[in-house]
Amino acid sequence: MSDWGMQKAALGERLTAGRQHAKGKIIPIPSLPAFLKAVVRSGDRVCLEGDNQKQADILASALANLDPADISDLHMVQSGVVLPSHLDIFEKGIARRLDFSYSGPQSARIARMLFGRKIELGAVHTYLELFARYFIDLTPNVALIAAVSADKDGNLYTGPNTEDTPTVVEATSYKNGLVVAQVTEIVDKVPRVDIPGDLVHFVVEAGRPFYVEPLFTRDPAAITETQILTAMLAIKGIYAPYGVRRLNHGIGFNTAAIELLLPTYGEKLGLKGKVCTHFALNPHPTMIPAIESGWVEQIHCFGSEVGMEDYVAARSDIFFTGPDGSLRSNRAFCQTAGLYACDMFIGSTLQIDLEGHSSTVTTSRIAGFGGAPNMGSDPRGRRHPSEPWLKAGAEAAPDSSAAMRRGRKLVVQIGETFGDSNVPLFVEQLDALELARKLDLDLAPVMVYSDDVTHIVTEEGIANLLMCRTKDEREQAIRGVAGYTDIGRARDANLVEQLRQRGVIQRPEDLGIDPLDADRRLLAARSIKDLMLASGGLYRPPSRFRNW
Amino acid sequence: MEKLSFRLTAPNRAGGTRAQAIVGVVASGNLEVLLERASPADICTIDIATAAHGFGAVWDAVVRDFVARRSAGGLRISINDGGARPDTVALRLAQGIRKIEEPER
Repeated sequence: MSDWGMQKAALGERLTAGRQHAKGKIIPIPSLPAFLKAVVRSGDRVCLEGDNQKQADILASALANLDPADISDLHMVQSGVVLPSHLDIFEKGIARRLDFSYSGPQSARIARMLFGRKIELGAVHTYLELFARYFIDLTPNVALIAAVSADKDGNLYTGPNTEDTPTVVEATSYKNGLVVAQVTEIVDKVPRVDIPGDLVHFVVEAGRPFYVEPLFTRDPAAITETQILTAMLAIKGIYAPYGVRRLNHGIGFNTAAIELLLPTYGEKLGLKGKVCTHFALNPHPTMIPAIESGWVEQIHCFGSEVGMEDYVAARSDIFFTGPDGSLRSNRAFCQTAGLYACDMFIGSTLQIDLEGHSSTVTTSRIAGFGGAPNMGSDPRGRRHPSEPWLKAGAEAAPDSSAAMRRGRKLVVQIGETFGDSNVPLFVEQLDALELARKLDLDLAPVMVYSDDVTHIVTEEGIANLLMCRTKDEREQAIRGVAGYTDIGRARDANLVEQLRQRGVIQRPEDLGIDPLDADRRLLAARSIKDLMLASGGLYRPPSRFRNW
Repeated sequence: MEKLSFRLTAPNRAGGTRAQAIVGVVASGNLEVLLERASPADICTIDIATAAHGFGAVWDAVVRDFVARRSAGGLRISINDGGARPDTVALRLAQGIRKIEEPER
C-alpha cells in the first residue's frame, strides 16, 4: 500500500518541532538557533533568500551558526550568493552543494572555494532558469525569506524589493516545504499583502531592516567622454534606425551614459517618443532626467533601488505600484518580460572573443550570470512581430521569405576597448574556457553566446554581426571595432574597410557624430546631486553617494 | 617621462583658419593636446611626452590611424600625456581636429 502523504507528514513534523520555539507563528530572536536546528534536516534543499538586492541576512547568519555535527550536507538553491555568511555555511561544512545564479561581491571567494573543493557546484544559472528548476527538480524543502513586515497570521509585506520572494514561496510552500520569513517588524495590519499568510509557516522579527545592496546606482560624475561617445554611437546607430521602444539596459556606465543622453542628444535627434518608451528595468537613478522630460511611458522592475522609493511612489503613471503606493517588483515576471516583450538588450561585459562570445568570468572570479544571458538571448518561442524585431530578422536572412522569417532580438554588447586597469575587452580566448577546464565543468560559463549577439559597440564604432555572412567576416567585424587592443591591431585593414563600405562597421564619422559633442556637458545630469535635484528631491541617494 | 616623435605624410589638410587649438586636460589617465598650424600642408608632426613607458608601438598605431582618417595636414601636434588609454588619445586627437577647424569666435 502506498502512502501518498509522506511529504505532508514530514512538513507536519517540522511544524510541530518548530512550534516548540514559537508563539503562534512568531519566533523570538533568541530562540532562532534552536528553532532552525529543529526544523532543518541534514540533506535538505534550502533556499536562503539571497536576491540580486535584498538579503535574508539574519536567517543567513543563524544558518551559518548551526553546528555541522547537527546539520550537514545541505543543498543550497538560491539566486544570489552575496553575503559572507552564504559561503561560511559551506566553509563550516553545513552545506555541500550549490546551485545559484549570481555572486557579485563574493565572486573571488566562491572561485577559491570551488577550486578548494569546499563547494560542490551544481550549475550557474540565469535567474529565470533557476526559478524554473524550483518547480521541476530543485524544489526547496525549506525557504528562508526576507520581508519588511508581517502580521501575526504571517501575511507579508515585502515593500519595493519583492524581487524573488513570490517565486520562492510558490515553489516551496505548495510542495510541502517550510517557509520561514525574517521581517523588520510585526504589525497589526500589513500595508499590502505581497505573500499570503497561509503560505508562510513562521516569522522572525529581526528588529532591523534586511540588508539591501544599491546595485543600480551609477554616479554620473564618473562617466568618461569615451563612454559618452560610445553612448552616442548606440543611440544614433542602433536605437534610432531600429526604432527600439521596448528594451532592457544592463548595469554599467555605458548604459548610464545612454540614459543621461536621451533628454539632450536623443532630443536633438528627434527621437523622443520613438525610442526608449517601455522598459524592463530596475529603477536606475540615471533614468530620472529621461522620465522627468517625458521620454518614458512605462517601466516594470526586477527589484527596487535604494533611495528611489519615494520617487517611484510619486511616479505611479510610470512604475507598477501597489494600493499602498510603493513599488511592486517581481524578478520572475520582469525577466519574462525582458525575454519576450523587449526588442533589445544592451549591456557591458568583461571579455569578448573573436567569434563574439562574451563572459564576465575571469580565472579568479566567478560572478555568475544573474539575468544577462536571459535578457541577452533571442527567444525562440517569440511569435509577436515588432518593427525592430522584423528589421533585425531581415538583416540576418535577407533572402528568406518574409512571412516565414523569424525576427531577431537585438542583443548589443557595449564597452570601451580597454576596461579598468587597461585590461582589453577583446581576447583570443575567454578565461571562461580555462576555468571550465580547471573545474572540470561540462560547460564554459559564457554570458552571451555568439549566435545571440547582434551588435558590438565600442568607441571605435558599431559592428553589425547580423550582416556578417561568414565566420571570417564576423571575426574582422569584431577586430574592426576592437581599437588598439592586440585583437584590434591584428585586423585585416582591407577587409575591415570593405565591411565599412557595406555598413557592417559604422564609425562615428560615418554616422555624422561630432567628437566635440563627446563632452560631459552633454549629460542631462553630471552628478548624483543633479539627479536628486532633477527628481524634485524625491530621490534620496544613499550616504556613500553623497558629498553634501 | 618618455618622449616620442612622429613626422607623417598627411593625405588631408586640416580645415579652418585658426592658428592653434587646445583640448583635454593634464591629469592622470587623461591628456592635453596642443595643435598648431606650423607644418607643411602635407605633413603632420606629433611630439608626445608621456608618463607611461613602453607603449611606443601603440602610439605608433594610434597616430598613423589618426593622420590617415582625419584631416591633419599642416599641423604640429604636441601631446602631454598622463597615461591615457588609447581610446582617450584617439578621441582627444579627433576633438583637436574639429576644434582647429571651427571658426574663431
